[in-house]
Amino acid sequence: MTITLDSIGKNQKVKVVSVSGGWGIRQRLGCLGIHPGDIITVKRSAIMRGPILISVHGNQVALGRGVARKIIVEVE
Amino acid sequence: MKIALMGQPNSGKSTVFNDVAGYKAITSNFPGKTVKYTLTKFNLLGQTIELVDLPGTYSLTSFDLAELEARKYLLKGNVDVVINVIDASLLSRSLELTLQLLELKLPMVICLNMIDEADRKGIKINIEKLSKILGIPVVPTIALKGKGVKKLFSMACKIGEEKRIGKTLNFSKDVEDVVTQLSIQIKKKQISQEFNVTERFLAIKYLENDSYYMENFEKRDKDIFKDIIHFQNQLSETHGRQSDVVISSERHHLSMNIYESVVLLTRPHTSLIDYLDNILMHPFLGYISLGLIFYLFFNLIFSAGKMVEEPLLDYFYRLIPLIEKSINPNTLSFSIINGIIQGLAGGIAIVLPYLFPFLFGLAILEDLGYLPRIAFLLDAFLHKIGLHGKAIIPFILGYGCTVPAIMATRILESERDRFIASVLATMIPCAARMTIIFALVAFYISPQAALAIYILNIIVIVISGKILSRLLPEITPGMILEIPAYHIPSIKVALAKTWLRMKEFIFIAWPLLIAGSTVLSLLQYFKADNYINQLFSPLTFSLLGLPIVVGTTLIFGILRKELSMLMLIQAIGTSNVAAVMSTTQIMTFTIFIIFYVPCVATIAVLWKEIGSKRTLFTIAFTSILAIILATITRFVY
Repeated sequence: MTITLDSIGKNQKVKVVSVSGGWGIRQRLGCLGIHPGDIITVKRSAIMRGPILISVHGNQVALGRGVARKIIVEVE
Repeated sequence: MKIALMGQPNSGKSTVFNDVAGYKAITSNFPGKTVKYTLTKFNLLGQTIELVDLPGTYSLTSFDLAELEARKYLLKGNVDVVINVIDASLLSRSLELTLQLLELKLPMVICLNMIDEADRKGIKINIEKLSKILGIPVVPTIALKGKGVKKLFSMACKIGEEKRIGKTLNFSKDVEDVVTQLSIQIKKKQISQEFNVTERFLAIKYLENDSYYMENFEKRDKDIFKDIIHFQNQLSETHGRQSDVVISSERHHLSMNIYESVVLLTRPHTSLIDYLDNILMHPFLGYISLGLIFYLFFNLIFSAGKMVEEPLLDYFYRLIPLIEKSINPNTLSFSIINGIIQGLAGGIAIVLPYLFPFLFGLAILEDLGYLPRIAFLLDAFLHKIGLHGKAIIPFILGYGCTVPAIMATRILESERDRFIASVLATMIPCAARMTIIFALVAFYISPQAALAIYILNIIVIVISGKILSRLLPEITPGMILEIPAYHIPSIKVALAKTWLRMKEFIFIAWPLLIAGSTVLSLLQYFKADNYINQLFSPLTFSLLGLPIVVGTTLIFGILRKELSMLMLIQAIGTSNVAAVMSTTQIMTFTIFIIFYVPCVATIAVLWKEIGSKRTLFTIAFTSILAIILATITRFVY
């Protein structure tokens, strides 16, 4: 089942399927270790539809909701 | 020999730099604080070394201005050795930049920094094996403690002399074939020379669709354009995704393979600091802590400052009458001496007591790594004013000084965001304006009134943000921000950073303060201040209800914000402001000073960052705002 990253609950582990944004966002996320096939853990999310905090390759990254919506993931 | 420090954001380049340069470059625990490069020269074994600290960059495909600056510098081609600084605890990701740097075929050494942090995370790295795979020396360091830094630089010199270049690591066969074929075409056309890069590097950049290189070829050569498109399509057809994703995935896999072959994972040692986020980033407790931290922060500054300000001011109160006894107050020499003393007193008794604790506290919060957490907590709120979470970093720096705050807007991706953030940052009360709020309002009225000014200021900034984002309706690109691990701040580093920032006040502002104060004394002696005061009286006296003498202080305030207060003290002729001005007048004056025209240094940096038109807009916008708010204060407070 594939859904977007912003709808994933706390402490869930998911696998990135693709990034639906343009060149810029793909490159930026790639730099932080988010490519198709990578495993992401959602650690927490901020209130008022604020950003989500994820852990990827042992590193923490905050992603705004709009960005998270562009990441298509698969629940393991 | 010229050595450049290159690495991903927050890997410790500036810390390595400071180890040899003394504390010259600001370091903190948030990604992207270095936005322009810093240079230093030092001697190592009889050789002069020129070292440059470049802004952090995640990859050689650049997005923001700071990253672009790093790449441009490196490709200018006069660097003898590159030191690639890597955060050892983030090895796999950092290697992606290393692979790209290797493509440049420059002599290179790896600085495997924060090796203690990697240890703590349970990451044991086989350094020899890593060095063998990459074909370049790898030196482990703990730059914060200065460990391994000497060895790093002697190794860098050796490599620079030998001009030793690392290996090129190949992608998987089908991708490698495409890269090679495109490189051959590029070689035929001889276009890589003018960019000063290798054919392979350029071929990869074209396959990645890097906008900088793409923009440059189309006009020149239709043939190579066709080749590039052909190969891009070939990659995306065979892999089922865009060619840039193919390349970045290849690099990612290559890095992961290297990582897996050199790293032995053991049990991480968790410490209390790892649990801090459960409170500080909690959806409820996080905001409570944020409020509490800043409340305590400003309370401490106020009590520390007040403790010093009172006795020092008392001392200067007693000094002036003593001089009046020995020199006739109506002479020119008394005017000059009085001016100098007032200037000295202003610096020692009023500015320094508040400036030092503020800058020190800010340094501790920065080094701990709290700032990116604030960006996380406040992202949703900043979206309401058309920005995103990262904009909080220039805003917080703005409480220190507006100049670095405006430079820090470079971490924002879009030009529109940078403009809005710059305008709003000029309105944040910097440390200079903070001393006015504390020394006038908190001291003569009440600490609560000072707090009210800060709250009012935030409200005004929010409303201005809403107005500006209405005027420029464009959707902000959204936040992508690394949240680094907490580091226990080093008192030594925090003190060094505080000193670096204070130096600016002591050596630039203070002499100006003393000179300004003397000039005002002379103006008074020759009765010239009356003309200036009369000129401003429709604003100061009629509209705002302030004493006429404050006219001159407004001019000095444009030079340096703290000057306006010190000039006020001299203009009204006493350090006891409450004796001359009512609380309403003190409040009106302070509100006006906070918002009106940014200081000269700020105007200069705005001019550079956002251009002349927008700078003039900022000046007009803030002046109108100041007049409106101060008028309201006069009649309401």
